[in-house]
Amino acid sequence: MSYTIEGRTGTWEIVVGLEVHAQIISHSKLFSGASTTFGGAPNTQVSLVDAAFPGMLPVINHECVAQAVRTGVGLNAQINLFSRFDRKNYFYADLPQGYQISQFEHPIVGKGVVSIELQNGDVREIGITRLHIEQDAGKLLHDQDPTKSFVDLNRSGVALMEIVSEPDIREPEEAGAYLRKLRQILRYLGTCDGNMEEGSMRADVNVSVRKAGEPFRTRCEIKNVNSIRFVMQAIEVEAARQVEIWENGGEVDQETRLFDPGRGETRTMRSKEDAHDYRYFPDPDLLPLVLEQAWVDELAANLPELPDAKRARFQAEYGIAFYDAGVLVAEQAVAEYYEAVARGRDGKLAATWVMGDLFAALNRTSNSIETSPVSAAALGKMLDLIADKTINGKIAKEVFEDMVETGESPDAIVEKKGLRQVTDTGAIDAAITAVLEKHPDKLAEYRSGKDKLFGFFVGQVMKETKGKANPAMVNEALKAKLDA
Amino acid sequence: MLTGLTLTQARAGLTTRKFSARELAQAHLDAIGRLNTALNAYITVLPEADVLASADAADARYAAGTQGIMDGLPIGVKDLFCTKGVRTTAASKMLADFVPPYESTVTANLLNAGAVFLGKTNLDEFAMGSANINSAFGPTTNPWKRKGDEATALVPGGSSGGSSAAVAAGMALAATGTDTGGSIRQPAAYCGIVGLKPTYGRCSRWGTIAFASSLDQAGPMTRSVADAGLMLEAMAGFDAKDSTSSNRAVPEFHKAVGKSVKGLRVGIPAEYRAPGLPADVVAMWEQGIAWLKAAGCEVVDVSLPHTRYGLTTYYIIAPAECSSNLARYDGIRFGMRKDAPTLDGVYEATRAAGFGQEVRNRILMGTYVLSAGYYDAYYLKAQKVRTLIKRDFETAFETVDVLLTPTAPSAAFAQGENMDDPVQMYLNDIFTVPASMAGVPALSVPVGLNDAGLPLGLQVIGKHFDEETVLSVGGALEAAAGFTHVPSVHAGAGA
Repeated sequence: MSYTIEGRTGTWEIVVGLEVHAQIISHSKLFSGASTTFGGAPNTQVSLVDAAFPGMLPVINHECVAQAVRTGVGLNAQINLFSRFDRKNYFYADLPQGYQISQFEHPIVGKGVVSIELQNGDVREIGITRLHIEQDAGKLLHDQDPTKSFVDLNRSGVALMEIVSEPDIREPEEAGAYLRKLRQILRYLGTCDGNMEEGSMRADVNVSVRKAGEPFRTRCEIKNVNSIRFVMQAIEVEAARQVEIWENGGEVDQETRLFDPGRGETRTMRSKEDAHDYRYFPDPDLLPLVLEQAWVDELAANLPELPDAKRARFQAEYGIAFYDAGVLVAEQAVAEYYEAVARGRDGKLAATWVMGDLFAALNRTSNSIETSPVSAAALGKMLDLIADKTINGKIAKEVFEDMVETGESPDAIVEKKGLRQVTDTGAIDAAITAVLEKHPDKLAEYRSGKDKLFGFFVGQVMKETKGKANPAMVNEALKAKLDA
Repeated sequence: MLTGLTLTQARAGLTTRKFSARELAQAHLDAIGRLNTALNAYITVLPEADVLASADAADARYAAGTQGIMDGLPIGVKDLFCTKGVRTTAASKMLADFVPPYESTVTANLLNAGAVFLGKTNLDEFAMGSANINSAFGPTTNPWKRKGDEATALVPGGSSGGSSAAVAAGMALAATGTDTGGSIRQPAAYCGIVGLKPTYGRCSRWGTIAFASSLDQAGPMTRSVADAGLMLEAMAGFDAKDSTSSNRAVPEFHKAVGKSVKGLRVGIPAEYRAPGLPADVVAMWEQGIAWLKAAGCEVVDVSLPHTRYGLTTYYIIAPAECSSNLARYDGIRFGMRKDAPTLDGVYEATRAAGFGQEVRNRILMGTYVLSAGYYDAYYLKAQKVRTLIKRDFETAFETVDVLLTPTAPSAAFAQGENMDDPVQMYLNDIFTVPASMAGVPALSVPVGLNDAGLPLGLQVIGKHFDEETVLSVGGALEAAAGFTHVPSVHAGAGA
């Protein structure tokens, strides 16, 4: 265990489990036909069902169910053919029904596993306890009026997946890696956009500490942390707080806490005594959700290739390193771009260009892969020019920068600027002769045994040909001339 | 007398142009005008102009020959069905000014069939009660009086007491009701009319204000068994907006009435012979058995061993669901709001002022039985018992086609009676609750008067989605009983 807290009484390890709320990508809400688009004017995407008018009834949106099943398959998890919706009862102004429809006893997805990779290259498996479907609540706006709070129900009834991990996480870094991996899988699947800033992915963090070999001690739940960095920070400060309490002879209370990133501390939100009694019971308005295995199989068969599989395939198919493959599959759009460049070409060279010059150019020009000024086809074409010796690697860099700036095709740039590689032996020989004539002293030194000057002559010849000479041909001809 | 017709008779009269839908509607509006002050059967009467306009539209359809099966028939609508643009109160202060911007599926179906709505009938608040005394708009009075005692006001039963009183008194040809544990059948019996609780899932619950979702079912309250079949045809049908609605085809129910019942097996559940059951009720039951035998039915004894747990189980499950269903009445988006400095304060003030005592009782009971530490002992156990009750019926229906029981353990009682002990009040539902728990169809048919001159009803319970056999047997009872009595308060009386 690499992350531990050294206390006065000994070494502590941390135990973390995450509950991630991921908003399901769907056109309409979980139980109503209202739109789910983010950012609509307040209360413009609210049906009578979402506002819980008298006599309104929920009807399950099957696309949301399909999305949950896809996610379950993507998390290598058990899909439960029988699941059920329960009501979680509590009063709050953002909860029109006075209950949230959720799945308590019988979730749609059972145990699964996600493998994560740490900075040092270690790979760990984090268990998934369950995934269930539930409704999101509305939003309270406290800043619109000095004395009143306003309610926006646009989000009320939007479908969420709650993805609960086992308490398998032992380091803040693992929590970060888990969340990134989960987000990556959800994005690949197209089941959640994973945007934590807009709140479409949020995490509740369960933290406890213990000494090695002990059973679990009391945990605290830190609610609604909205960035990966904050999750990692919250774990650190909460674990330190708990160690402090235990070491002072105190007792950690099971409670719900909030993380304040400004102050770098967690605060009590709700103590155990104030904990709600949610009075879960099966929602009598909805029938149990019974899935056909054939339907689940069909969804599974039509899933996109997931990051781990894609990474392995990239390694095998394109001969690239494990690390590089990981970088290239991190985002689906990058993976697609890379593959369009690499297919039928030198995969390693393609990886070098994508991860090197392309990423640098995107960074410099504040573009994403989707808005790249150089298309995958154009970059591929440029690699073709290298392969067929039209240009060499050095000139290619010049061509690429021109492509970034002008968006022109590599062929056009090579033609326009006359960058075609010199493979004419006569021209190369002439350049060598000119260089040797210009540097008789160096030639003498070389011939008296200073072999290292070979590189100097290569450089000078390249300079003479404005970099366009084929480097291999220059080497060969120069060697012949010098050793003559 | 236009106000004394059955739906079937009125439809015939309209078809042959013996009278117009406008005349029919006007006669009912007049009757309501004369009687509603005394009976308080309607919470809201629709504006005369609107009612007559609907009737005129129906007349036009008759003239064009495009009439629907309920066309031009003036009916009352229990004020639990949301009606677009018409105040819908659930007899609660909470919704005293609530005007829904939508029409419930059942009332929309009736409108599509051409029905003319007269108004919204009184009920126990949120359908919780058996005497229609728990209405924020005052109790409904039963149009029937004890022989020689015109002064004592009797309850019409509940919760659909406004509907049953209106139909009995000639203030509507028929009315919609909802039944959660007997709320159609018991008031039908107390007012001498027919009430049918269909199979759970037969009528959509969409737009009907929920009491207990797993039990609530809409149904017709009429003057004849054939009328109940006719009206159910119009009300029923699959609704994609209600996940518990059935997609079975809707038969022509009214045609089941008059079909021979010869050879049908009628079960008499031993457990319904409760000790202390009044002699007049027992006698009426025996009479019913004799009539069905005479009609060729084979009468057999059956056992529904878990009947005795029905009422207790019901009073766990129904309040549990109601405690959750009524959480939406929080003063935030619609209905009553009592302002307070904090959010919890708004909830407390609003719900204390908006809900009557019985509703509050049931919310408390329901909250209790779902609470941590009590859930297993109450709610979960009740669900298990409910399964056993269902199984009782399934087992019985392996050997019989229908069951015959009394609808209620007594005739209508006086307002003020049974009021200090809620449990005594709950006992009114003892014969109706089991069928609700099992979700099977059940019909109450008026079959005679007791010594006090008050109507008594018998209940025919059938298999899931077999309303047709229930209606056939009900029709046989109706034919044998020849119940033609009318209450002392009636549109026809003294007119």
